[in-house]
Amino acid sequence: MDSKIDYEKKQAPVPVETERTRNRRVYVPKVDIVETGSGMVMYADMPGVDEKSVEVTLEKNVLTITGSVEPEALAGRSMAYAEYDVGDYERAFTVSDEIDRDRIDAVVKNGVLKLFLHKLPQAEVKKISVRTE
Amino acid sequence: MFGPGLWRYGGMLDPMREMQRLQREMNRVFSGMGQPLHEELPPVNVWVGEGDAVVTAELPGADPGKVDISVVGDTLTISGFREAARLGEGESYHRQERSHGRFSRSLQLPFHVEAGKVEAKYDRGILRISLPRAEADKPRKISVKCE
Repeated sequence: MDSKIDYEKKQAPVPVETERTRNRRVYVPKVDIVETGSGMVMYADMPGVDEKSVEVTLEKNVLTITGSVEPEALAGRSMAYAEYDVGDYERAFTVSDEIDRDRIDAVVKNGVLKLFLHKLPQAEVKKISVRTE
Repeated sequence: MFGPGLWRYGGMLDPMREMQRLQREMNRVFSGMGQPLHEELPPVNVWVGEGDAVVTAELPGADPGKVDISVVGDTLTISGFREAARLGEGESYHRQERSHGRFSRSLQLPFHVEAGKVEAKYDRGILRISLPRAEADKPRKISVKCE
């Protein structure tokens, strides 16, 4: 992207930030999160993704959604005006212990990723009650 | 009133539009009206070729049946409605960042469009409209004769 190459060594920030191996822009998808009685529903706007290019991972209690979109070039035409840029999507949320890790459903339609997070039955959540003395 | 005129302003600069946006914003604040009409949405990219233009717009979660596309002369208008999730009994928003509601966008293209041949596709949340240039508007080559 940048034609200038910096020949000097660059000092890393502390702590070292993780970088992506691909030189592509990353966007934060906008989300709506709705709390329902039995869990949560998350809607993420990710125009350009389909079921093959979107990924949802849960590691410990971090739920990460990523999507990749290939920038397109239209043959024989040049871009005359641009308001949006195409790139990947990435966003992570921490989920509470109330969420059932084994039952997260994901559906993608019309560029919107919909995630259903189900709550565990009350009995399985370990909650420590606090007393006064 | 119209979006960025590619032809008139020769690119992105459009101070008029910015002022109108400001005015709308002020009107909205003082009139206390409920649902705003998004005139910045959806974001569009415009590709122009010899014989046609292609407009792509990011419109995730729209119902293709509720998107209206109209072309008059060299002006393309995309308007429609995006519904917010309907909340049931006992449901509430934790976060609400996505835009919804009515939107309407007008764009001026660099040439007149053959309105009957405009095609629109909606796939993966992206609307793609191909607009062929009107036959009458195409540049004609004038051959130079020598006597």
